[in-house]
Amino acid sequence: MSDGNVTSRAHAPVGEEELGGTGRTAKLKIFRGDASGGEEVEYEIPLVEGMVILDAVLYIQAHQANDLAVRWNCKAAHCGSCSAEINGIPRLMCKTRVEEFEGREIHVGPMRAFPVIKDLVSDVSWNYEVSSKITPFTTSQRAPFTMYEEDVERLYEPKKCIECFMCQDVCHVLRTHHKHAEFAGPRFFVRNQWLEMHPMDEADRLGDLKEKNGLGYCNITKCCTEVCPVGIKITDNSIIPLKERVADEYYDPARWLMRKIQGRRNGGRNGS
Amino acid sequence: MAVETNGRREDYEVREHDVLVIGAGGAGLRAAIAAAQRGLSVGVVTKSLLGKAHTVMAEGGIAAALGNVDPDDSWEQHFIDTMKSGKFLNNWRKVEIYAKEAPAGVIELEQWGALFNRTPEGKISQRPFGGHTYRRLAHVGDRTGLEMIRTLQEKLLATDARVYMETTVTKLFKDERGRISGALAYTRESGRFVFFKVKAIIMATGGWGRIYKVTSNSWEGTGDGVILAYDAGAELVDMEMVQFHPTGMVWPPGVRGILVTEGVRGEGGILRNSRGERFMERYDPERKELSTRDVVARANYTEVQEGRGSPHGGVYLDITHLGREKILKKLPTMYEQFLKLADVDITREPMEVFPTVHYNMGGIKVEPESCASTTVPGLFAAGEVAGGLHGANRLGGNSLGDLLVFGRRAGEGAAEYIEQSVHAAGAPDEEIQEEIRRVLEPLERPAREGDESPYLLQEELQEAMMEHANLMRDEDSLLKGLEKVLSIKRRLPNVKVGGTRMFNPGWHTAQDIRYLTQISEIIIRCALERKEKRGAQWRLDCDELVEEYGKINFVVKKTEQGEVGIERREIPPMPEHLAALFREEKAKV
Repeated sequence: MSDGNVTSRAHAPVGEEELGGTGRTAKLKIFRGDASGGEEVEYEIPLVEGMVILDAVLYIQAHQANDLAVRWNCKAAHCGSCSAEINGIPRLMCKTRVEEFEGREIHVGPMRAFPVIKDLVSDVSWNYEVSSKITPFTTSQRAPFTMYEEDVERLYEPKKCIECFMCQDVCHVLRTHHKHAEFAGPRFFVRNQWLEMHPMDEADRLGDLKEKNGLGYCNITKCCTEVCPVGIKITDNSIIPLKERVADEYYDPARWLMRKIQGRRNGGRNGS
Repeated sequence: MAVETNGRREDYEVREHDVLVIGAGGAGLRAAIAAAQRGLSVGVVTKSLLGKAHTVMAEGGIAAALGNVDPDDSWEQHFIDTMKSGKFLNNWRKVEIYAKEAPAGVIELEQWGALFNRTPEGKISQRPFGGHTYRRLAHVGDRTGLEMIRTLQEKLLATDARVYMETTVTKLFKDERGRISGALAYTRESGRFVFFKVKAIIMATGGWGRIYKVTSNSWEGTGDGVILAYDAGAELVDMEMVQFHPTGMVWPPGVRGILVTEGVRGEGGILRNSRGERFMERYDPERKELSTRDVVARANYTEVQEGRGSPHGGVYLDITHLGREKILKKLPTMYEQFLKLADVDITREPMEVFPTVHYNMGGIKVEPESCASTTVPGLFAAGEVAGGLHGANRLGGNSLGDLLVFGRRAGEGAAEYIEQSVHAAGAPDEEIQEEIRRVLEPLERPAREGDESPYLLQEELQEAMMEHANLMRDEDSLLKGLEKVLSIKRRLPNVKVGGTRMFNPGWHTAQDIRYLTQISEIIIRCALERKEKRGAQWRLDCDELVEEYGKINFVVKKTEQGEVGIERREIPPMPEHLAALFREEKAKV
């Protein structure tokens, strides 16, 4: 019993390349360098059936370049750690199959809207600073709440966000115009969206959205929506509804007058 | 102050807090929030970015006797289910606290903005899960862990706690009276060292699934916390108990071991072998697919071993009968995962699954109320790194609940400890320098013949554990495994890595391998001691549920010689109010 215990290939104590080897190889050009610069280095690896870019990168790390810097965690597209630019487009490496590039070159590099640290890793800490400045969920009601499926259904989509920051990477306002100081970026409009639409939330974020988060900079090119790995319709379902609320609040002359007279009051807008 | 040994001295930053939380999964975040709410200065270190810890992978839900769907549910029934699943090795006081407090933990998450699926009455919905008598798991589709970690993360960001992302702790320091006084860490980005001057440490580093090749755990699950604590003199308990989740992905090779949520079976998924038989009818006729994880994992394993497996060496898990619409609503992540990674449309065809290493029931032995280590003053532990709650087998959904209940208690326990303590934190520079030299060794020493790659050594260890400490074990194989692990341990000084200190995963892996090897040795030694079949410890060469072993936990502590000391510790008898629950339950049947 002892040694011959393992009969399932699923537990076979061998590497992936032995299990699902195709007899072919794949070549990847990977950015090696840091903030001061760098260049692409080509690596050749044994191609395994179903292989994703992250598998290839980890193979290179284990066998050819031990110090190749890469972020990853779950390897199942749930955590959003392994974002990189693959042939110039931000993708999750764990979800991008190598065979998709059959006959084409594969270039892998770090997200470029943030400062590069090393190789495939960029400094995304700015995102956490933005997040910490958003007014968190605020309510005077005591949980457990009575909320019906139809009240909360539309919150499920923004709540799916895995914080891969690829929407931030691809956004022109950040990537091209470097408005990091004045613009929160698509990820945080998604967060604002669920907060603003939560039936029990009572905080007012419209002023911050307009003034601090720079919602007006977005010119709805939908680049963010295109790269979202969990399919959040960021522009249509997060940004546009928020823009409408800000417009109603600040650019409707009747409301403007009311605000001048009364100051802004909470309530009445939830569920709108 | 500058003591120079070996001709060099390394600069390090000093950060001062009341308490340092190591790990930023559910337990660490909940603990940090509790400590910050008590007015303490809190530092949180995490090896990854915030919000990426393994909690994010939890899919099925949080087990809590809210009684929203089945009003007959109660903390007493949750207690009974948990003790039975753990084959009575659990710390009954810990289970009692857990069963009573889990509902409040869930409601608190809702208070902080977490969103769960709803019942028609507008309450938090609850789904059935293996081994739970009632529908008990509060959930949101199959991404409950994401909801939990994001809620806690956003709550934490709104406190004064300071988060040190991508930072790895290498050693805990104690004062002359054995009290926690600090920790040394390095930042992954720069490789620079930081000394945390703290009076208390809350260990919340999660598990050690990465000692196995086929695991649902990310690279982070290297058990740093359990060995940091062990090296500091903490007791560990139930270390032989490793949970193999019954359903991990099988094909293609790159996804081997990735988790397929128990939610699939909770929603009605059926397991079949290559002959189309619903084989769970043979292993557990009453509960079938919703039996406990240890039972279902062994069933899947046995079917394949006896030649009734799928082409890639798994069994089939079928949810197609649920219909496309409901699958997309209740199991969207699974749908996406199989479609994108395996070219399988789970609304039309079955999944291939096989057991995968998922969780560790054992861990740091703690006081149930405060989560304080039983032996090291100032050390606290919560979540997977702590032992005692789950005994010989964990029920699905009891992990997320554990994080909330004991995360909070650890934070408050640390706060109470600090409020009463007057000692100074810190450590002599000399000791810190010595540790820095040890950590830098694989990077900075000259290359020599016989140097080994940390990656390949880790792979060798994972293969050995897979082969010899799998979910079916026997003495011969365990002994062979031990030999292999000890030989790897002897080779650790040969580990050599190239490159610089800057974000160098090779260097990081060189640190991890020490933890992985030490844990593997402990697991095998404990598995050799427990000569029976019980829950996750399934010794083919021994009888099932041997009375003698039902009364003891194996407690591990490092000896003065640095060896693995194992003690049989008798389980104290259950008090009358808890023991009576089992008599009443029997009377009901």
